[in-house]
Amino acid sequence: MAGIIGYGAYIPRNRIKVEEIAKVWGADAPSYKKGLMLREKSVPSPDQDVITMSVEATRSALTRCGIDAKKIGAVYIGSESHPYAVKPSGTVVAEAIGATPDCHCVDFEFACKAGSEAMFVCMGLVDAGAIEYGLAIGADTSQGAPGDALEYSAAAGAAAYIIGKDDGVAKMLATHSFMTDTPDFWRREYMHYPRHAGRFTGEPAYFKHVTGCANALLEKTNSKPSDYAYAVFHQPNGKFPMRVGKMLGFTKEQIEPGWLAPTLGNTYSGSSPMGLTATLDVAKPGDKIFMVSYGSGAGSDGFVFEVTDALPKMREKAPFTRTLLDENKVYIDYGTYTKYRGKIRKGE
Amino acid sequence: MSTSARYWREIPQRYRYEGAKCKGCGEISFPPRIVCKSCGGREFDTVELAKQGKLLTHTVIRVGPSQFADQTPYAVGVAELDDGVRLTAQIADVDFDELKVGMPVKLEFRKVRDEGEAGIICYGYKFVPVR
Repeated sequence: MAGIIGYGAYIPRNRIKVEEIAKVWGADAPSYKKGLMLREKSVPSPDQDVITMSVEATRSALTRCGIDAKKIGAVYIGSESHPYAVKPSGTVVAEAIGATPDCHCVDFEFACKAGSEAMFVCMGLVDAGAIEYGLAIGADTSQGAPGDALEYSAAAGAAAYIIGKDDGVAKMLATHSFMTDTPDFWRREYMHYPRHAGRFTGEPAYFKHVTGCANALLEKTNSKPSDYAYAVFHQPNGKFPMRVGKMLGFTKEQIEPGWLAPTLGNTYSGSSPMGLTATLDVAKPGDKIFMVSYGSGAGSDGFVFEVTDALPKMREKAPFTRTLLDENKVYIDYGTYTKYRGKIRKGE
Repeated sequence: MSTSARYWREIPQRYRYEGAKCKGCGEISFPPRIVCKSCGGREFDTVELAKQGKLLTHTVIRVGPSQFADQTPYAVGVAELDDGVRLTAQIADVDFDELKVGMPVKLEFRKVRDEGEAGIICYGYKFVPVR
């Protein structure tokens, strides 16, 4: 049975507050803060992108587990903001960590669930005996159109998982995927910003797929919410994961350790995988963790993990996700933010 | 003209910080050399540089070369890594009044430059302060 052998996260240090965005667009900051349960979000520096964040998250994962990167047989990065339209992100990451050349590599894309897809596929390949270790990354430097509701949440971050056949720090006990064709959020070729269907992104999209996947996984594993120490759901904002958790019968206490969105924003493909890193930072041996991602388009991947005795000692070797989130941050104004995100049209 | 080929040749150094350790005297060359500058030895082991060190000197570039003009002002420094290798790189994530000789820094993977909107993106190392 496959397990998580090592994990790591990366968050850029820049933050922008909801008030700073709202004041530019004449929006009401308190209602956004309350409505989305968001206070601030991370912003990448101009020299940071999906590839750089993936390399750093992976280096933390490798530091934690200490395996030889040459044994990694698959490198999969899930993202909707790969720096190149044509040229894999994974080749750069694989080369930087020293996993080349005997390695399979693909970039995944499925809106916000591309990172959990990578985990799902690595788990399958490990269980099938095709690879010894697989590297699964969820990373994004998401963009929301200026003035759009998404601009308050679209953030940057990465989570990396090394998955292998040993139990590692958390056994992967079960998984389930649930998906339909639901056009709630999309970006056409050559378009700079994504479009979304407003409230349609809620009930028929996020809530239907997360609950559909979660209920099927609970049934498959013959378990109930109270059997789990922690639960992690995709976090497009602060509100949705708490609400879906309540709908399913999970408590606030189960969700809170991995609930990063209020001060991180939505890191898209990195979102639920990063929530899982923060949960692994605090979990105890024997704890069971329930995780369900969500990607527009639309679908969810669900996982059940069980923490092993190896976790507490190993996790100390790299920075905790909450430390990356809460310490060493700098606040930027909207002008700096637009410059960093390439939103300003310059002279030829 | 594209610099793809030159960039590609430097990947082991820029991505993985690979230096050459002389089998004769132990001196590490970065980037690797064919002949050791200390003992003239010609046999080397590939070693990864230490990822941390201390800043020996620093400056702030306010008028940069054309490829870096968008990044100004930015800090550049020379650091001595824990294995004794001295390295020059940009210093990212730093407030300029924080810069100090002796300041602990670590290597982080960053975008160094790109060849315009249609060209390749060049990645490599930068220093960031250890906080």
